[in-house]
Amino acid sequence: MNSLIIAGLLVLLLGLAYQTGWSKSRSLVTPDGIKVHSRPQYHGALVAIWTLVPALLIVGLWANFGDSATRAFTVSQIPPDVIMGLDEIALNATIQRIGALASGYGVVGEVQPFEQAAGAALRQFQFLSFLLVVAAAAGTGILALLYARSRITARLRARNAVERVMNLALLACSGVAILTTVGIVASLLTEALRFFTFINPLDFFFGTVWAPKFSSTGTGDAGQYGILPLLSGTLMVAAIAMAVAVPVGLMTAIYLSQYAPRSVRAVVKPIIEILAGIPTIVYGFFALVTVGPFLNKAGAMIGLDISATSALTAGVVMGIMIIPFISSLSDDILNQVPLALRDGAYGLGATQSETIRNVLLPAALPGIVGAFLLAVSRAIGETMIVVLAAGNSPVLRGSPFEPVSTITVSIVNQLTGDTDFAGPQSLVGFALGLTLFVMTLLLNIVALYIVRRFREQYE
Amino acid sequence: MDMLAGKVKMTQQSVNNGMNPTDMLERPIRLHAKDVTVHYGAKQALFGISIDIPDRAVTSFIGPSGCGKSTFLRCINRMNDTIEGAKVRGLIELDGEDIYDPALDVVELRARIGMVFQKPNPFPKSIYENVAYGPKIHGLARSKSDLDEIVVSSLRKAGLFEEVKDRLNEPGTGLSGGQQQRLCIARAIAVGPEVILMDEPCSALDPIATAIIEELIDELRENFTIVIVTHSMQQAARVSQKTAFFHLGKLIEEGVTEDIFTNPVNKQTQDYIMGRIG
Ligand SMILES: Nc1ncnc2c1ncn2[C@@H]1O[C@H](COP(=O)(O)OP(=O)(O)OP(=O)(O)O)[C@@H](O)[C@H]1O
Ligand SMILES: [Mg+2]
Repeated sequence: MNSLIIAGLLVLLLGLAYQTGWSKSRSLVTPDGIKVHSRPQYHGALVAIWTLVPALLIVGLWANFGDSATRAFTVSQIPPDVIMGLDEIALNATIQRIGALASGYGVVGEVQPFEQAAGAALRQFQFLSFLLVVAAAAGTGILALLYARSRITARLRARNAVERVMNLALLACSGVAILTTVGIVASLLTEALRFFTFINPLDFFFGTVWAPKFSSTGTGDAGQYGILPLLSGTLMVAAIAMAVAVPVGLMTAIYLSQYAPRSVRAVVKPIIEILAGIPTIVYGFFALVTVGPFLNKAGAMIGLDISATSALTAGVVMGIMIIPFISSLSDDILNQVPLALRDGAYGLGATQSETIRNVLLPAALPGIVGAFLLAVSRAIGETMIVVLAAGNSPVLRGSPFEPVSTITVSIVNQLTGDTDFAGPQSLVGFALGLTLFVMTLLLNIVALYIVRRFREQYE
Repeated sequence: MDMLAGKVKMTQQSVNNGMNPTDMLERPIRLHAKDVTVHYGAKQALFGISIDIPDRAVTSFIGPSGCGKSTFLRCINRMNDTIEGAKVRGLIELDGEDIYDPALDVVELRARIGMVFQKPNPFPKSIYENVAYGPKIHGLARSKSDLDEIVVSSLRKAGLFEEVKDRLNEPGTGLSGGQQQRLCIARAIAVGPEVILMDEPCSALDPIATAIIEELIDELRENFTIVIVTHSMQQAARVSQKTAFFHLGKLIEEGVTEDIFTNPVNKQTQDYIMGRIG
């Protein structure tokens, strides 16, 4: 409620500031034509910025320190002899009771007189402090507004200043993404490091046995945490998925962008894109119920023993899931290749397939490689399909026909159920997550390298 | 700077030595078009074009924007086949052979009739590969040294070899606009065509690069039949021996370049040349 009022006031102030700057700037223009450097909108915006920044600063300060000030005030309202008798937890409880009384909510149990008094005082304090913040924000805002207004002259370079502020704002926004990434990596890293205080990194990265024991077994033995079985499972499933998706996706893209008449394209492209919208859990179902048994029977016919839940099942279904990524991205990229290049090849007497193979695909290669790598990182990070269809068997095997487990599946297994994030059983999830992250990062770096090597310049 | 100035001057001299009109009229006919019409979907872009194009001379198409010059040019090597909805009717013969005959192989036709486009469009490959591409797909070179020879001689004919001989393996897209256009000409020549079609080959180039290309066209005339579309009447006058004026999808007037520019018969041609339509 209070914050809504403050926001409303700020908006009002902002509008006022803009209007002030705008009209002052307008008034500078006289019939005899003084040349004003910036347009009125920029003057308005500059005054608004000048007004907003100090007001926001004050509100922001209160948002940060208001809580501790309130708390200090509340404590000061509790008689000293009462405080003496309270430990940390009881003190917090009392402070909460007083806060509840002040805001008018009831509290459980009998209300002590000192609580009643403190509640009333706190209520007053809150009201006054709110008024004070609003007044301070509005006051500084208006002072800043007046100052900014007084600076407006025909020669003031308001446009440049506003552009600079916009620049900073944009920078700050991209900073959010960067900071988030840094934060995630840092938390992954610290938790993973904690894991490595339990388990030797060598045993983790080069261990061939994955057999974590849950602490509830009570043996005190943490089990073995070799990542290799999971890694091989992950890579195998991703490789199978790419083996399915790359040819199908790329051919689809070539057909759509080069051969398909417009009417066919208009129907086929949306249908393929629907594939991308199917939730992965549904794909997992499909794998479990349809593809797994089918592969099993098909294998039996040619004398292969294919388990219904296996790397192959998961990989094939994941491949189908990825097809629209590859086909859609590649199609867009192929369409971006300048028509002039295509004409150049046709003009030399190249056939359609020669043109595609020798000119279009090489020109589109960087983008297509990018699409592939995006697809790979999706495959590596995909969870639901493998949880359902890969068989959850974290054993190092070479055959794609047998059940496997992947990094993502093991993270799910280790982090579901009762976890306290104190033992290696759950912390290993962070180490696995970090490994996944590094893998996708490396993929991206390789992708960039390839893209740069193959990039050709068009005007 | 002096060198450049010299080059431009030389160019002007060399393009002034066009054939004399009677000489041109005696040339055998290479391309013969009769009643060519083109529709893009429901829209008609060309109305009954009939024209003869003489062997080993430069023929230029002029006319205001949108009048169908490019469309007609693209009929000659059947590039309109690649445009969805384009429909060509009428007769076009190359050496008496109907190029729209269903039995004729388009690939072979385009090897005989090369094309240079308005915007230089080198492939994203090396300079060498750009020129070698055509000969490769048509199997013109039996060995690597054959291919090398074709590439070098094509680059020479296009007047580019001296400038790029030390960097044949660098991407063709790294050249300047004028060099890229000459690379595209070399690429077209390498296939050994008889006819070269050029659609505003200089419109993306500066005056010096233009002068170099004009000079080149003049030299190529010795060995190739050239058809050039241009918006510059000076250019048409400088490089071509025969000129055809198009307006609103129709061929208004055609004839020896000198005649067209000095005493056009048709009123519309006159207006266009005087800069009154355009
Ligand atoms: N691919 C196409 N689809 C539909 N209409 C087209 C297409 N290409 C050209 N046209 C139309 O055909 C007519 C002739 O176009 P064309 O490109 O041949 O003109 P132009 O004489 O080459 O013009 P410019 O000098 O501007 O290049 C124009 O009206 C144009 O709009
Ligand atoms: Mg044109």
